[in-house]
Order: sequence, then C-alpha cells, then structure tokens
Amino acid sequence: MSKKAFLSANEAAAYGVKLSKPHVVSAYPITPQTTLVEKIADFLANGEADFKYMMVESEHSAMASALGASLMGARTFTASSSQGLLYMCEMLSYVSGSRNPIVMVDANRSIATPWNIFGDQRDAMAMRDSGWIMLFVESGQEALDTVIQAYKIAEDPEVMTPVMVNIDGFTLTHTYDMVEIPEQEEVDSFLPPYNTTNKMDMKNPKTLCQSVGPDFHTEGRYLQQKAFEAAKRKIVSVNDEYAKLTGRSYGGLIEEYRCDDAEVVLVATGSVAGTVRAVVDEMREAGKKVGLIKLRSFRPFPKEYFESVKDKFKAIGVIDKSISFGYDGTVFSEVKSAMYGSSAKMANYIVGLGGRDIPKKMLEDMYNKLFGMVSGKNEAEVQFLGMRWE
Amino acid sequence: MNKPKWNKDYKAPSSWDEMFFGSSNGVGILPTPNSGFRTLHPEIDSEACIKCMMCWIFCPEGCIDKSGEHLEVDMDYCKGCGICATECPKECIKMVKDGDSE
Repeated sequence: MSKKAFLSANEAAAYGVKLSKPHVVSAYPITPQTTLVEKIADFLANGEADFKYMMVESEHSAMASALGASLMGARTFTASSSQGLLYMCEMLSYVSGSRNPIVMVDANRSIATPWNIFGDQRDAMAMRDSGWIMLFVESGQEALDTVIQAYKIAEDPEVMTPVMVNIDGFTLTHTYDMVEIPEQEEVDSFLPPYNTTNKMDMKNPKTLCQSVGPDFHTEGRYLQQKAFEAAKRKIVSVNDEYAKLTGRSYGGLIEEYRCDDAEVVLVATGSVAGTVRAVVDEMREAGKKVGLIKLRSFRPFPKEYFESVKDKFKAIGVIDKSISFGYDGTVFSEVKSAMYGSSAKMANYIVGLGGRDIPKKMLEDMYNKLFGMVSGKNEAEVQFLGMRWE
Repeated sequence: MNKPKWNKDYKAPSSWDEMFFGSSNGVGILPTPNSGFRTLHPEIDSEACIKCMMCWIFCPEGCIDKSGEHLEVDMDYCKGCGICATECPKECIKMVKDGDSE
C-alpha cells in the first residue's frame, strides 16, 4: 500500500529519486533546488537509502561527475536551477551526445541579471537545444511520478537520452500538498535496474567521449534525433504503464482538459496549468467553451498532436513564462510552427517572469481576449500581460 | 611501447549497424599515427644521453620509451612539439624535419 504525506514538490521529487534507487547523486545547492538535494541527503543520513552522494564544487562539476558515474554504468541523479543550470550548460551536451541516461531536476528559476531567485522558465528554455528530453510538471505528485518515469524513458535502449524534469521554482518546489508515495516494490516492478553495454568495462574496454570529425558527426546526430522520435512513443507508453500501476496518468506528451467541444484553448506548461484548470471549470460553468492543452513534454515536442488539432479550435493562446528576445515566447514559436497553415487565431501571453503571480483573473482575461479575436477584434500577437503600466 | 600500434587494417563503420553509439568506440584503435600533426621529429644522440629522464617526464604524449637499452621515441604518437629537445640538459635531442633523417 502506498502512503500519503504532506510534501513540497522538492521533497516529493526527492522521494521519486529515492524510489528509483540511483547509485550516485551529485549536487551543488542553489535556490530553489536546495531543499530537494537536502532531502536526498537526509535519506542517506537516516539510512533510508544507499548510494554515493558526491558533494562537488560547482554545477559544472555536478554534471561532469554525474557523467563520469553514468559512464561506469551507474544510475545517476543531479539537480540544479537558474545560474547553476547555465553553468552546467557545457556538460549537458556532453551527456546527451554520449547517450548517457542521467535524470536531473531543474527547479525553474529566472536568470540574471537582474538577480532574481524566483520562478520562471527562462533557465530551462535557454537549454532547449542541449539534446535533453524536457518534461514539465504541474504538481508535487507529478514531480515524484515523473522522476521515476524519467529513468524508464531515459534508459530505454532506443532512447538512451538524458531527461530534465522541470519543477516551477517556489510555486511548486516550496509549496506543500498531499502526495502519494508508492511502495518500493511497486516501483521496482515498474523500473528494473539500469543495465547497459554503453559503459566502461574492463573486459570490454572503450574509448569514451572521443572526438568525431566531419566524416561521422552527422550520422551520430541523426541517431540522436531518431532517439527523440522513439522518446515520443516511450513517454506515452511509460505514462500508460505507470497509470496502470498507480492510477495516475498525465497524458504522456500532452494532456487535453475539457478540449472536446472547446472553441478557445490555452496552452500551458508547468504549474500554471493547475490554475488554468480552475479557470476553465469556472468559465465552463458560465457556458464558455474553453479548454486547456497542458504541454508536458517540450522536447521531444509533440508536433504531430498540434498538427492534428490545427483546425479543431477557433483560437489558441500560449502562455509563456519565458521570452526569446527578438522573437516570441519560447513555447509559442514551437506551437505556431507545428500548426503551420492553421485557421485558428493565435496569441502569445508572456507572464510570470521573475516569479510574478499569475492570478485567475489574468487567465480569464486571456480567454476573453481570444474570444475577442474570434469575433474579429485585432490584438497584438505577442503580449506582456499584467504590466504595471499600459 | 605498451600502446596500440597504428592499425592499418582498421575499417571505419560502413553501415548503421557498425556505427558507434554516442561518443564511445572500441579501444586499441589508432587510425592515424600522431593525428597527422608532425612536421619535426626528435632524434636522440644515445652516446651523449645520460638517461636523466627529463624528456620522459616532460613529454606531453608520454611517448618516450625507456624499456630498452637506449631511450627511444614512439613515432606513432610523437607530435613533434620539441619539448623534449628544449628540456634536455645535455642538448642531445635535435628536432629534424620529417623525411630529412638519414
């Protein structure tokens, strides 16, 4: 029987890590990730878990040592945030290029300057092309469940690609909720021990992280792209298998909420999806046909899904907690290109930067703006909402 | 020297099945000697050499072989940097253009 506990998403993710039985955890603390790696250290100190905990001198070293352990065939975990993630950046592509299935948590936080410890998704979005699978979660429960699923996805022989589980800073990492913790036996039956031939083995030695020139480089990168296609299928099948085990499903790559007869939908990533759900319910009560598309997997991006709904809705708004300066919100530009040729009106709302609150009223305004566009009103495509001054 | 020899029979992957995974490959493969770097190579005057081992310590490639009676350089790995010649206190290592030695 699983048990329930009152946990922050950081603590919930730490339980996910413990239940996945890693061999090695390496970490360097940074707000708002710190309580996650502290909780993992607690498990070790209390004798509740058994692994090597590497205290390193920087985030670059945290990922480098995680790679070293993974190259020896160890199941490995690390976590970071914001500036720490940026400092780790070089090692991210080392890990993905060498096809080592490390799982990390990014406690999403804004990036300097100006210095800001609060949540938005600019840190993760800056790492978009690092070759990592990027999943975003909506709750502490989903954080716990997704860490466990992440190992199963990452270590699949067809995938063999690292996974970054994104948890919104403070909104989730430091917010407490009831979380169901699965039994160890349940997780063991779902997640077998990591077993790979992609490792240093004295009986079958290998050159690791070799250099590859123009003659074979393209082929290797093509195989990485193919791995992401396999990951699209795997993220869905792993979610389904996990749902059978625990009764909890997150839809795989995306989750549609009340979209069946919806005219106007919002695309949301991470914790804000929870608030959007509440707004959808309220507006549905008032007879407005609104829905939510929760984007769970940003990489691989569910291109086929967005293609399939390009003429389903009258208007689509995308909520971004990041901005690619000089273009659009990061998620919006992906949705827009996947829906190329769509008849739907589209708009992008940049909100929640540097931890600014996203109240229900603001989300309701988005839906109303989209309804306005449907009835012919002209709106700027990309809008910063909730600014202090007009 | 206990290093892989230049493997002239090495065949690069010729199909997807043979393509290496990630950035790992087999060991003992030296497809190109000295990575094609070298224009000069060291020649050691064994008569003058006192075996102080300064060249052996400083060689960044670790390719000075001390297993025989005289010091020798493994030319599959020497990139011709000349550090050995610079460090030699007896000045008995000279750098010679490849192809110019007797």
